[in-house]
Amino acid sequence: MKTIKNIGLVLFLIGLAIFTALPVLGTFDLSPKDLDDFINHKGIKSEVYISDLRQNVVGKSFDGMPAFAPKVTSALEQANAQHRNNREYEKVVYAKPHDMAAELGKIAGSGFIVNHKGLVWFLTFGLGILGALLFIVPNVVLLGKKGIKNNGIYHENATNRGWIAWLVFIFLTSFYLILYFRPEYAVNWTFLVDPISESLSGNPAGQWFVYGFMYCVVMVVMAIRMYIKYRHNMYQMIRTTSVLFFQIVFAFLIPEIMVRLQMPYYDFKNAFPLDYDFFFSWNIKELMASGSIGLFILIWGIVLTLVIVPVMVYFFGKRWYCSWVCGCGGLAETLGDPYRQHSSKSLFSWQVERWLVHGVLLFAIVMTGMTLYSFFTESATILGIKTQSVQNTYSLLIGAIFAGVIGTGLYPIFGNRVWCRFGCPLAAYLGFVQRFKSRFRITTNGGQCISCGNCSTYCEQGIDVRAYAQKGENIVRSSCVGCGICSAVCPRGVLKLENGPEKGRINPTQVLLGNDVDLMDLMNK
Amino acid sequence: MEHIVIIGNGISGVTAARHIRKLSNKRITIISAEADYFFSRTALMYVYMGHMKFEHTQPYEKWFWKKNRIELVNAYVERIQPKDKKLQLKGGEDIAYDELIIATGSQPNKFGWPGQDLKGVQGLYSKQDLDGVEKYAPNNKVCNRAVIVGGGLIGIELAEMLLSRDIPVTFLVREDSFWNGVLPSGESEMINEHIREHHIDLRLSTNLAEIIPDEDGRAKAVKTDKGDTIACNFVGLTAGVSPNIEFLKDSGIATGRGVMVNRYLETNIDNIYAIGDCAEQKEAIGNRRPIEAVWYTGRMMGETIAQTLCGNKTEYKPGHWFNSAKFLDVEYQTYGWVFSEKSKKEVEKHFHWRHPKEKICITVAYHGDTRKFLGINTFGIRMRHDIFDRWLTEERGVDFVMAYLKDANFDPEFYATYEADILAEYNKVMGTAITLQNKSWNRIFKTA
Repeated sequence: MKTIKNIGLVLFLIGLAIFTALPVLGTFDLSPKDLDDFINHKGIKSEVYISDLRQNVVGKSFDGMPAFAPKVTSALEQANAQHRNNREYEKVVYAKPHDMAAELGKIAGSGFIVNHKGLVWFLTFGLGILGALLFIVPNVVLLGKKGIKNNGIYHENATNRGWIAWLVFIFLTSFYLILYFRPEYAVNWTFLVDPISESLSGNPAGQWFVYGFMYCVVMVVMAIRMYIKYRHNMYQMIRTTSVLFFQIVFAFLIPEIMVRLQMPYYDFKNAFPLDYDFFFSWNIKELMASGSIGLFILIWGIVLTLVIVPVMVYFFGKRWYCSWVCGCGGLAETLGDPYRQHSSKSLFSWQVERWLVHGVLLFAIVMTGMTLYSFFTESATILGIKTQSVQNTYSLLIGAIFAGVIGTGLYPIFGNRVWCRFGCPLAAYLGFVQRFKSRFRITTNGGQCISCGNCSTYCEQGIDVRAYAQKGENIVRSSCVGCGICSAVCPRGVLKLENGPEKGRINPTQVLLGNDVDLMDLMNK
Repeated sequence: MEHIVIIGNGISGVTAARHIRKLSNKRITIISAEADYFFSRTALMYVYMGHMKFEHTQPYEKWFWKKNRIELVNAYVERIQPKDKKLQLKGGEDIAYDELIIATGSQPNKFGWPGQDLKGVQGLYSKQDLDGVEKYAPNNKVCNRAVIVGGGLIGIELAEMLLSRDIPVTFLVREDSFWNGVLPSGESEMINEHIREHHIDLRLSTNLAEIIPDEDGRAKAVKTDKGDTIACNFVGLTAGVSPNIEFLKDSGIATGRGVMVNRYLETNIDNIYAIGDCAEQKEAIGNRRPIEAVWYTGRMMGETIAQTLCGNKTEYKPGHWFNSAKFLDVEYQTYGWVFSEKSKKEVEKHFHWRHPKEKICITVAYHGDTRKFLGINTFGIRMRHDIFDRWLTEERGVDFVMAYLKDANFDPEFYATYEADILAEYNKVMGTAITLQNKSWNRIFKTA
């Protein structure tokens, strides 16, 4: 069994190494015809840009994106600079140089990777999946009898912030940086999943399709790990199935199929303000231009945030969204599970959390307010501030860096819910409902707590669960996502997630159940 | 300002300090030679197993003590001088007190076995004991086999710890079935099976005869009273604990096995109190033992003494007995009294149900004549403390408890439930026709 695990690890690492090398490999040659088609399709009017590309790029063969990308990005930057200088604004190409490089790279890609998509897919994704499964599945036997399987977590390099954890941090961070800021380096990855993308939406894959596909693959593999690890715990089994379902069907398949059906790309479970650009004018315009389905999506999005989400939180707590449905939560609960113990439980972290997460919510609301104001009044600025710049700032700082790069990159260092805990505006909104108007609580079982600290250690949201449990108080914290792990790891059966009457949900206690000191008081009265 | 000094920073002493601070402005000092800060003793096993770091066993951050003005002194108290109302610390320093709380806990029992003080022979109680296991049994290269002597709750925890590092374990148990001085036979038998399915070499009805040293004075084997010699590198002595009160001799404080206290937790000397594991009740309370080395009772005594010291003189009045433990993968809870065959009275009757495949069972004790519900043990099913506490206070009959068992279930959502199976078996055995009542939130959250 150990051997199978080791073979799996080697296969996985080979797959990972090839995947990691892909961005700098491959051949790129742009034919004159491809360039003409591209120019016509894009409606590019900059002759400076076109001639630069014709002169320096077309007809030449580039070895790898590092050779190709600088030529095409600098061509655009220089052309735009010249046009701006000459005030020829109609010739400026309003696209990000790196996005253009990615598009050209997609056209120009040739050679082994492009001609053997299936094979290279197998050597990367295939080996990765196979290796990971060979590494994970023997645990059915190796982990022994069902029960809590946390042995050695703080002895293992990977799960105790050792060098492996830091490598994972660097890998994840770099991966997100490429996706958001250097998409041209993701072009080779997109080739591998072209066949899948074409079969779904009919279009070739872009970097976000790679991301979506990989997201699903990683979640499936790590969900299998969850099923094995928590096979004694039905709550975890069902919850894991639920996040998996919503990711694959709602976040991945339905939007792609909608594109094939000429409908707008939309993830029906992604609620505003997590879906922060839902009210951006381009989105509203696109939806309104898409006929009845567009209108339906617009109404659905509003109803989802204003009615469905809070009502569900009232009945079930915010867990129904954060750890049963949400994609961010889904990744955190599968890929992130080995790192959940790293969330800080200090009072200081809690203070930071409250300022940050509510700050982001405020930011999102203000930005959306400005967006809607601009949309209806058709004025680009409010009090001298450009709506567009506020949107861009939010998209960059919160949408890309916080939610993506830091949010996932920091899994191995600060735990798997960095984004959900410190940044997600939807979580902050749900938190208010959960704290003040909900039937959900984690019930503390009378006086049974022995203050061991397993619950606090494994709380991914950094809640000091023990602080409540040892006082006999129920946990009604706004940040709780109801993952249920505190209840699972408790060795004394102290914690139970449940939905019950609001009366008695919050139970301040002076003296714990089991001690009859208060009976004396009653007798004296 | 009145100065309250507490010796011992375990759950009893720290609970006392916290509650005194809630109720008063008195000066509070806690003295301990074991650790700088309060930690949860029950969690030491998880540090060795790699579930947690030691810092995770500390329920309060460092600022807590300062903020609540609880002074912490890391020192060993050598003697108490009640006449001068002061303590003498190792190293010569004195600390004066107005009120003194002794909360020094327990130490592992040693029964004069030859070799009991060798290197690599120890109990599992203190932080130092944890360090010892880490030193003498860090892995299965250094420690090829460990022998554990004494089949109780600590013994099985130590076994679980060692197994987590793939160290083979031999478990010597004096009784003919695991912990059957406390557990009824059906449960005890199930735990025997569970221990064995974890590949622990469980040897029942076996006592330790001696521990054999190597040339470095380290344990290299144990000899049992059956004449077997078992080679090992680590010996865990887990045959219970007794009060840690040696430093009190000559102090004038009356002691038996523990510090003798009355129901107000007062010793024979004014202004000196004892709580927790080290306290011995002059008269046992109800079915309880005079010394209860249990987390929960330590905490309750801490809550009680704080009342007394803050002007509300309060008798120690523990409510209905409850306890919990975990045997490897099997959680155990108990509410009320369920005695083993060895210790139960004739009139106590048991209903026992065990799952055909899983390690799940319950035993319900009731009065044979009146059918009053006396207590319940559950293995692999969590129960709601509130409900059983209420039913015991209301002196419910056993039929009532069985009918409303769903109200008491505390397992996580979506778990398989067994109430129907349990009740079917109960009706069959008892010749009753009770119908199972659905769970009711109204009943569960009814406040008394």
